[in-house]
Amino acid sequence: MTNHWVDIKNADLILIMGGNAAEAHPCGFKWVMEAKATRKAKLVVVDPRFTRSAAVSDFYAPIRPGADIAFLGGVIRYLLSNDKIHHDYVKAYTNASFLINEGFGFADGLFTGYNADKRSYDQASWQYQLDAQGFAQIDDTLQNPQCVLQILKRHYDRYTPEVVSQVTGTPQADFLKVCEFIADTSAPDRTMTICYALGWTHHTVGTQNIRTMAIIQLLLGNMGMAGGGVNALRGHSNVQGITDQGFYTEMLPGYLGSPSDSDKTREEYLAKRTPKPVRPNQMNYGQNFPKWHTSLMKAWFGNAATADNGFCYDWLPKKEAAYDVLALFEQMDRGRMNGFICQGFNPQASVPHKAKVDGALAKLKFLVVIDPLATETAEFWKHHKDFNEVKTDAIQTEVFRLPATCFAEQDGTFTNSSRVIQWHWKGADGPGEALSDLDIIAGVFTRLRALYAKDGGAFPEPVLGLSWPYRIANQPNPEELTMEMSGKALADVTDLKDSTKVLAKAGEQLSGFAQLRDDGTTASGNWIYCGMWSQAGNLTARRDPSDPTGLGQSHNWGFSWPANRRILYNRASCDAAGKPWDASRAVIKWDGAKWAGNDIPDMRPDAKPEEGVMPFIMNQEGVARLFGVERMLDGPLPEHYEPYETPLGLNPMHPDNPLAVSNPAARIYPGVLESLGKADEFPYVATTYRLVEHFHFWTKHAVLNAITQPEQFVEIGEELAREKGIRNGGRVRVRSKRGQILAVAVVTKRIRSFGVNGRKVHMVGIPFHWGFRGATHPGHIANSLTPFIGDANIQTPEFKAFLVTIEPA
Amino acid sequence: MNVTRRQFLQITAAGLGSSSLALLGFSPQPALAEIRNFKLARTTETRNTCPYCSVSCGVLLYSLGDKSKNVKTEIIHIEGDPDNPVNRGTLCPKGAGLLDMIHSADRLKYPEVREPGASDWKRIGWDEAFERIAKHLKSDRDANFIKTNDAGVTVNRWNTTGFLASSAASNEAGYLLHKVARGLGVVALDTQARV
Repeated sequence: MTNHWVDIKNADLILIMGGNAAEAHPCGFKWVMEAKATRKAKLVVVDPRFTRSAAVSDFYAPIRPGADIAFLGGVIRYLLSNDKIHHDYVKAYTNASFLINEGFGFADGLFTGYNADKRSYDQASWQYQLDAQGFAQIDDTLQNPQCVLQILKRHYDRYTPEVVSQVTGTPQADFLKVCEFIADTSAPDRTMTICYALGWTHHTVGTQNIRTMAIIQLLLGNMGMAGGGVNALRGHSNVQGITDQGFYTEMLPGYLGSPSDSDKTREEYLAKRTPKPVRPNQMNYGQNFPKWHTSLMKAWFGNAATADNGFCYDWLPKKEAAYDVLALFEQMDRGRMNGFICQGFNPQASVPHKAKVDGALAKLKFLVVIDPLATETAEFWKHHKDFNEVKTDAIQTEVFRLPATCFAEQDGTFTNSSRVIQWHWKGADGPGEALSDLDIIAGVFTRLRALYAKDGGAFPEPVLGLSWPYRIANQPNPEELTMEMSGKALADVTDLKDSTKVLAKAGEQLSGFAQLRDDGTTASGNWIYCGMWSQAGNLTARRDPSDPTGLGQSHNWGFSWPANRRILYNRASCDAAGKPWDASRAVIKWDGAKWAGNDIPDMRPDAKPEEGVMPFIMNQEGVARLFGVERMLDGPLPEHYEPYETPLGLNPMHPDNPLAVSNPAARIYPGVLESLGKADEFPYVATTYRLVEHFHFWTKHAVLNAITQPEQFVEIGEELAREKGIRNGGRVRVRSKRGQILAVAVVTKRIRSFGVNGRKVHMVGIPFHWGFRGATHPGHIANSLTPFIGDANIQTPEFKAFLVTIEPA
Repeated sequence: MNVTRRQFLQITAAGLGSSSLALLGFSPQPALAEIRNFKLARTTETRNTCPYCSVSCGVLLYSLGDKSKNVKTEIIHIEGDPDNPVNRGTLCPKGAGLLDMIHSADRLKYPEVREPGASDWKRIGWDEAFERIAKHLKSDRDANFIKTNDAGVTVNRWNTTGFLASSAASNEAGYLLHKVARGLGVVALDTQARV
């Protein structure tokens, strides 16, 4: 979330789309109701289903799964053509005035630079026009046909209300009503917050779904405002934290990119990731990358990391290929993985195309599962009637199942969706011989290290040299790790402007990432968490809920990254002169000498407004990108593409181009196209989702939750039920090209059909909480049905829009 | 006298055994709540965080036993933490079942192994589990570690064993696993957070 849970109460309009907060995040959703009750805020819900969020909304509009960009592209067109944008904000704080290369274009569903063989884009033409000094050229009149605003207008001109309705199945009047609600917040003192979740990310266009909303929020001037922002309501209680720890093949902690084969030396690696400013006077905060990375190397490799050896740069592995979870199982299925360690992750249930996952796991030599509960993955080799049909004795995988303690049985921190890091305390020991995750990781590692010390082996240096300063080597204390992530001075750290002024003495905890250095005098395991454990102690354990700001900031409750800032980009809540757009909800302001107010300023505190330092400090240009000049692999502007299993067989936006039916830049492994179904055989759109009574594949192990939702079901509308002779409560079989599940049918008015591209499309709703282990009735793993294909940018699988057929069982 | 449930709990805990409720000036209505409060009054309260969704609600764990050495504590009740600025004491239908998750019959209690081709689990000790896993890792790493790629660039990677990390374990666990994985040269790693 750019903002935070309590901040939702400051909104004038709450849009819930691509999520269902009332059921998936009930206690956070209360702040929506608070805004409605105390500010007379309106709630608008756009969703394929009439959810419980929709049930308490002021307006609900249905939408076909997988058509969000068509809908939001139409919103962009509405805002631009009805002049409902926040002009001063757009002109000053976005790249609307920036000129894009003459060579850039978009035709027939493809941006310039597409290579059909490689299924990827050469982005050379998607760049700014630069002047002789390397700065981007701008046109303050916003009239140049190559300026971003004009390109945006041209691109979305095609998304008329008629086209939107034709693609999304949303009735035109409903769509326009939503547009009116949204457009109302273009006034400087009106804000909309958008709450989305996996309903937007689980698509082959997932990243672009979110980009579309970011563009809308920028046009409306809602970023940085109290009650504004783009707010991802995330999954697990520490999903934000593990993301921050960078446990991705392409990342290191704190969103530092991990090295790949092309980063031959430390110098090349740093140069590629240390951005140069593309506009004068901007903070370009990413220029500090070498400080963050060097401090990480010092935290990981300690005294072994010196300037002479490039701070052990070569001890970090370089990747040569993708290793996201789909890629991992693809490699495993091809027999290229021997071992696998699953810590608190149940991939047999939560990765698409179960049959493929089953086959892949059976090819492993060894599998280690670390979990508090008996997961399906740990027993993938066990036959469970038709829920898990396997030949046990043919599976040669050696499987270890290690009991971990759960949240209530350990100390440590979780980071919530608001980026607030909160300490929790152990309430009891775990059952039996269960150990904490820390003890298990350390137990395996210290054994392995001892084997390398005794027998040697392949490249033992980083194994033996890994910094391990924990008082009890095989039982690291959570506090030791929190302090290590936060960071400390290894030598006296002095002020960069005045070397006589010592900011932190050697050995002291650092107070924030501004104190990090690139010369090896500081260590920090995660720069964005720097300062969470300062000389003042463990700030994540602070428990003062008081809120003198009245905005719900509670700055003395836990510690939010970065720098305990609660609303990101908050400089943008003020006009160019530093005066809040809305004084009644002022986040910060320029007080004549410095930035201050109701939050930690997201700006150099002494940057005078007349210096023109722009609010989006992590971008080289200082402003936000309506047009994405880098990072997006599938286009600088979002475009509607069909889900890979489309009920239409074509993209109504580009009916004549077979390359532009679905995302042209999505990765497709061999065999995947053959595993996709066609609408003639599988005519119904399916989407998976969560219930208010359950959490993932976890609460099925808890008796109380199992009692409230004991048995697997799917939901269909009345019309489809009549057509197929399915009765409410009857058993049905749902099949996709990849597998099938059996479940009880719930026939409901909450699910309806969509009129799309001149035909009627029915939907099957599939809650996914069941499996062959747990206190519920055993059920089928819903991901038996889902396709093995992911978002073009980050490979999050397309769980939310695929094709099935359904019949009475 | 109008007191909140928590204040009432504190008063009764302090006053228990020495004074009657009537002397404290309570009306019969809060007195009715005494039966439940008595159960929690002799418990230890621990502040924690619900592990389910990312609202990360504050919870209070109530356990029997005072956490002193040789005392086996047992959590007997969980409720929302009224001090938490986000959930303000509430829990949802998922979190309402937390106690049953902690005490689930499906909680794992001992390290186990399923030998190749076997049809069931076999209990083993931690020493054996750590030793066997460490040997598997070492033998795969030693056999498949890549020091340089075809172009002669130092790459120091091990890509034949994969790691998947939890989104429900603590930051400390995620950080340590990442540090260990990279220290071993692992590139095949991902987290639940992607899906």
